[in-house]
Amino acid sequence: MLESFFTRAIIAGLGVAAITGPLGCFIVWRRLAYFGDTMAHSAILGVALALFFSLSPMAGVFAIAVLVAIILVFLQKRGSLSSDSLLGLLSHSTLAIGLVLVSLMPHVRIDLMGLLFGDILAVSVADLALIYGGGAVVLGVLAWLWRPMLAGTVSEDIAQAEGFAPERNKLVFMVLLAALIAIAMKILGVLLITAMLIIPATAARRIANTPEQMALYAALGGMAAVLLGLWASLHFDTPSGPSIVVAALGVFALTSLVPLNGLSAKD
Amino acid sequence: MQNFTAPERHPIITVSGVGVRREDRWLVRGVDLSIARGEIVTLIGPNGSGKSTTVKLALGIMAPDEGKVWREKKLRIGYVPQRVAMDRSLPMTVARLMALTGRHSANEIDRALEQVGIAHLKKAQVHQLSGGEFQRALIARAIIGKPDLLVLDEPVQGVDFSGEVALYDLIGQIRDATGCGVLLISHDLHVVMARTDTVICLNGHVCCSGSPETVAASGEYAALFGPRAAETLAIYRHEHNHSHLPDGTVKHADGDLNFDHHAHGPHCDHSHAHDHEHGHTRQNQEPSRHA
Repeated sequence: MLESFFTRAIIAGLGVAAITGPLGCFIVWRRLAYFGDTMAHSAILGVALALFFSLSPMAGVFAIAVLVAIILVFLQKRGSLSSDSLLGLLSHSTLAIGLVLVSLMPHVRIDLMGLLFGDILAVSVADLALIYGGGAVVLGVLAWLWRPMLAGTVSEDIAQAEGFAPERNKLVFMVLLAALIAIAMKILGVLLITAMLIIPATAARRIANTPEQMALYAALGGMAAVLLGLWASLHFDTPSGPSIVVAALGVFALTSLVPLNGLSAKD
Repeated sequence: MQNFTAPERHPIITVSGVGVRREDRWLVRGVDLSIARGEIVTLIGPNGSGKSTTVKLALGIMAPDEGKVWREKKLRIGYVPQRVAMDRSLPMTVARLMALTGRHSANEIDRALEQVGIAHLKKAQVHQLSGGEFQRALIARAIIGKPDLLVLDEPVQGVDFSGEVALYDLIGQIRDATGCGVLLISHDLHVVMARTDTVICLNGHVCCSGSPETVAASGEYAALFGPRAAETLAIYRHEHNHSHLPDGTVKHADGDLNFDHHAHGPHCDHSHAHDHEHGHTRQNQEPSRHA
């Protein structure tokens, strides 16, 4: 069954969507969209450095994403620039430095389009093992810290006062996000990872009553987008990563027809 | 000096001589307080007097720049912060909010919601609640875990007056039933004063503290809240001996502005060393709030 590249693509996509759904909910709830984007963009720099030092690209991406997250948190605390500007600065400079470094290594042949937009059809069995192994760890940690993280999202003060460690959990979340970026980069590419974090989660918001429902619906919506996108990419011969994102947008449009839960006319 | 906790009660939180500095400004300084099981301690004071900051120090949300905070180990705390800003992208029913920091049975949830009078809103989305209903939900959430210490930072904001009285009664009932300690911040002077064991009057430092009668009778209290407020509970009146001027300095009854002569009335309990230079002079702004 795994011999077919298309089957592997479907299995890989479903696995990634299962992780981006719940993780993406936290991105939306905590307004970290641009933050996630910045970490994803830094992945190019991670790949370049990994190539330079002959390391696994995934390790490089993970390490640089964590580093960028730590730098961001540190710079935000110093607080002379707005988070917005800081994110813009880091997001695009890491992307640019990565691209420049890659071009300076002429002996390395690199599929730049694949890095930026993903190449889900080139997924190997080893990649599948990584997606599902890594994904299980990411989702496991998220489930384990779900209540503390959610409490910290509602109110850091309540979480802290009632015995949780919201600062530490924020760092754990960034590590999970870095892991996801490393895992999903090959499938979605650095430019489209954030889309799969945000779009399924916002689509799920319309029909969810509780945070847990939203996480579940986001995962399911993302999976539907993967199936739909991959089918379209095969049928219309369109690039797979962008097709999945377009399909996710379709899911979002569909749930937009449902009146928004919890936000009645009086608000 | 007056010891405001009954001698047989052990404190569960003790704050001694704490201060917080931001940039070169002390938000609070030299604050002492302690709370025992079954005791209701109320912090009062004008805007920017450091009430929320003091509570955050006591709870370990903020770290003090000086002084010490001691909390009993494994203390269960129920906290209603001054402000909770939930993003509207987060779907949340009232029932789910009850389980924010711990698991609770459906019965416990029903009971807590009944106690604050919003049982009918169990399935409602939190974003649809009015300000007063949301406050009630937050109070229900804080009491559901049967905390050892209940901490409420202006818990009745947005609640109408009769609801206010009922909620303060509820807090008293919960204290009586569970024997928990209560730390309260409030503006509703006369409602709160009647239900409090210890009042701490804060203005960057502890201006005065003691039983409500004592504090209401003290000059510092009248100076901070006006003579009318003092009359609500004062058993007798005395002339207050200093007033806080708009620029933060202290003017004494004899017109003397010299800090060295900061005399206090017989009922004003200063259990700490004053630092007027810092603690008293730069309190024009509400301390940073969590958005």
